[in-house]
Amino acid sequence: MKRLLASLSVALALIAGAAPAVEPDEMLADPALEARARDLSTELRCVVCQNENIDSSNAGVARDLRLLVRERLVAGDSDKEVLEYVVARYGDFVLFRPPWKPITYALWLAPALIFLGGAVGIAAALRRRRGRKTEPLTEQELAEIDVLMGHSGKST
Amino acid sequence: MARLLIALPALVAVLIGALFLWGLDPDRDPGAIPSVLISQPVPEFDLEPIDGVGVPGLSKADLAGLGKPALVNVFASWCVPCRAEHAVLTRLVEDDGVTLMGLNYKDKPADAAAWLARLGNPYTRIGSDLSGRAGIEWGISGVPETFVVDATGTVIYRQVGAISSADDLAKIKAALAAAGSGDVAS
Repeated sequence: MKRLLASLSVALALIAGAAPAVEPDEMLADPALEARARDLSTELRCVVCQNENIDSSNAGVARDLRLLVRERLVAGDSDKEVLEYVVARYGDFVLFRPPWKPITYALWLAPALIFLGGAVGIAAALRRRRGRKTEPLTEQELAEIDVLMGHSGKST
Repeated sequence: MARLLIALPALVAVLIGALFLWGLDPDRDPGAIPSVLISQPVPEFDLEPIDGVGVPGLSKADLAGLGKPALVNVFASWCVPCRAEHAVLTRLVEDDGVTLMGLNYKDKPADAAAWLARLGNPYTRIGSDLSGRAGIEWGISGVPETFVVDATGTVIYRQVGAISSADDLAKIKAALAAAGSGDVAS
């Protein structure tokens, strides 16, 4: 029973931790639009508390942006158009997922390049190891081994 | 090829060192957000004046048709740094002849009027942004913020936070001078 209570309270605490900042008066009556608004809100960075999305931020500007997102959706904007509308005012900075454009090429390509570099390095090292030839033992060395192993002078 | 490979670790170390040098520079503010408004025309907005202040409201047309550079300052009576900045702005207007426009952000008109009556009003025009929507059009993240707008209504500089240090002030003045000379050139 105690254990059940403990796990329950942990579960509740986790739910509370994920609580959004969206207030009831902000929400749209249409559940489909509201769901899209919630999804978009998690894509947008709050410009005050920079590592929170506007869905979970209590900042005034975040609330204004949540209302703006809903307003654009009601006006018939697509998700892409809503994001473009906000980006036009606040820049790419507000997007948690950076767009693919010349200034972000290094950001997007660096992981692949580093992986490729590592793969090439490992392949080269493996090939070198495989290509190394082992010299056969000379007659004298074989004789020495026989002596050490306690055989007579003849090699088999 | 082998010789190049030997130089590779040193090259990587130099690259990482350069990255650290850039990243740990105390003058670099990692929280700074680049403004998309720089070199762009002033956004569309049209704000009513504040009741009882006696200066007209503010719109895009007022800035585009001004014919000289202006400072646009986002302020509010509830904003503490704005109170300190007020003195700096007043000096800019009185001593340097700067044209100062105000965007009164999410402020009760009566509070704003009382604040300006007590401290003095250096603003030529003030738009009352009750909803904060004009603030979003300007892409502000908080109050105060100050923009330098040139004679044609193009934003050329943005200051986030109060103009508090001599360095901030020098940058604002440099931007104003650049805006002024740009006007002369055109």
